[in-house]
Amino acid sequence: MSLKKVSKDQPDKFEFSEENLSLAKKIVLNYPAGKKKSAVMALLYLAQKQNHNWIPLAAMKYIAKFLEISYINVYEVATFYSMYNLSPVGKYFIQICTTTPCMIRGAYKLVDVCKKNISEKENEFSDKKNCSWTEVECLGACISAPMAQINEDYYEDLNVKQFEGIIKDILKDKKPKPGSYRGRVNSEPEKNRQTLTENKNA
Amino acid sequence: MLEDKDRIFKNLYNDLGADIDSAKSRDDWLNTKEICSKGRDWIIEELKKSELRGRGGAGFPTGLKWSFSPKKVGAKPHYLVINADESEPGTCKDRDILRFEPHKLIEGCLIASYAVNAHKCYIYLRGEYYNEGLKLQKAIDEAYKANLIGKNSSGTGWELDIYIHYGAGAYICGEETALLESIEGNKGQPRLKPPFPALVGLYGCPTIINNVETIAVVPTILRKGSKWFASLGKPKNTGTKIFCISGNVNSPCNVEEEMGIKLKDLIEKHAGGVVGGWDNLQAVIPGGSSMPMLSKEISENITMDFDSLVENNSGLGTAGIIVINKDQDIIKCMARIARFYKHESCGQCTPCREGSGWMWRILERMAKGEASKDEVNMLSDVTKQIEGHTICAFGEGSAWPVQGLLRHFKKEIIERNNFDPLVKNNKNIPYLIDQHILEEDIKNVKS
Repeated sequence: MSLKKVSKDQPDKFEFSEENLSLAKKIVLNYPAGKKKSAVMALLYLAQKQNHNWIPLAAMKYIAKFLEISYINVYEVATFYSMYNLSPVGKYFIQICTTTPCMIRGAYKLVDVCKKNISEKENEFSDKKNCSWTEVECLGACISAPMAQINEDYYEDLNVKQFEGIIKDILKDKKPKPGSYRGRVNSEPEKNRQTLTENKNA
Repeated sequence: MLEDKDRIFKNLYNDLGADIDSAKSRDDWLNTKEICSKGRDWIIEELKKSELRGRGGAGFPTGLKWSFSPKKVGAKPHYLVINADESEPGTCKDRDILRFEPHKLIEGCLIASYAVNAHKCYIYLRGEYYNEGLKLQKAIDEAYKANLIGKNSSGTGWELDIYIHYGAGAYICGEETALLESIEGNKGQPRLKPPFPALVGLYGCPTIINNVETIAVVPTILRKGSKWFASLGKPKNTGTKIFCISGNVNSPCNVEEEMGIKLKDLIEKHAGGVVGGWDNLQAVIPGGSSMPMLSKEISENITMDFDSLVENNSGLGTAGIIVINKDQDIIKCMARIARFYKHESCGQCTPCREGSGWMWRILERMAKGEASKDEVNMLSDVTKQIEGHTICAFGEGSAWPVQGLLRHFKKEIIERNNFDPLVKNNKNIPYLIDQHILEEDIKNVKS
């Protein structure tokens, strides 16, 4: 269960854009008739994407009306799941995995880079307001540790110097290249691969 | 070592491409219609004979699970749900199946749906795997376009629709009933069992839930025969498994190997050995963070299969192997895992909601050397009070790793935390509210 801070500054109104409205109508059809509620998670994602990566209360009310469920149903889902941001985050939202497999490969050194270059505390904006960071639990890329997720993309096999470069790019509003920073394209052992050798470089 | 011809995931490293044509050249979708035409009973019987056990952590026999699904569809439709909410620390095998072998999963979905009479299949994908989701959706679209799934899937006459449902960062949704709650649009809090999902599952309908890897190996088993699969590994622990080897190894990797392979072989042959050499090994977590750790002595000879790990007070779990060498502070490592469980507890059952936080705070103090001697036993007591007293297995998952630490590293903890709070008044310990009375007593005794 995660603690979620709901932003004090809230917009009065929220409505899906035309594009998102038609997407939302399509998503509802993925579920059986009368089970519209199932679409709540997908719709919260749409709202989050439309509203600069965070969900205002007005959007929850809007979604509740759209799905014909109560406001509290939407609110309890939005506050339960950690990927819904209920306060503004940076245009570049950096999530660093610090769970044990990443930790023992140096994830906290990446946290220090963020503290030094972005903000002393988690979930605070950088000087130019375009970037914020947070520690998260396992992101499921343990064999590419340490790693970070920036918006939707994974940045893997990092070291401090490379990560500093990534942060510098971001602060200049330049999107760095995602993927492995040790040149891996997959999850094979880097040296001395002994399996599926016939396929290699096929 | 397993021979390449016996590996199921030939494109585990994406040497060959994940698109439908490449997948077909690897025999995916080869004779799906024939397999289905042999009938539901044959499919389930083959799986039972293959002794395939679920790859998601619990290791429940897959054929048996499918046989629980009602033979005839009653008033309620049946569902198939795929658990792709891979969030167990140390595990990242499903990610590679979703990225590089999506057609194995989709074909498995068709065969499984046919076997359990489901026309709808939901794949519950963890929200962070956004790019993997795009790749999977692309593969699903390809399969629709080639009429492999849809109204008349692969010419079987079976109608099947597959949808992806994204999670949103809750580990607990990997628990099957929490996952169902999440698909229904609720908080991911597990349900009481029984009734089991096979009879009362998604929307109250019969539902079969399987892990990605379990479903993805099904087509190959049926194609090559249950005898072939059962000939690999050990009895009751058959077949192959993707192992994820992370932590302090020279080449962290995913590798498909035979069940029952020696742990030392996995680490030394495939993952390039422990950083600093085998002698620098401190402990190994063999099956994702919820499984108790193994000491170096046990790691030396243990084989990786369900039964031999259970014999050593641990478990195969998801086969996410986390190697920890002597450069790491083992208490801190486990304190971080305890923090993970404290963060991810859904808050439904009090022993887990409160206990996971207690364990974390005690371990953090132990790592700093600020705990007292009594707390070692107290910590063990807390784990016992969580274990078995919760609705789902999360309670065990959070308590077992701590028990593993106490089993193998009690000496280290006591050495670091050897002060007696009653005599040495050098630490400010807020919970000992009666300290002043005890100090008075000591003064009186002395005078």
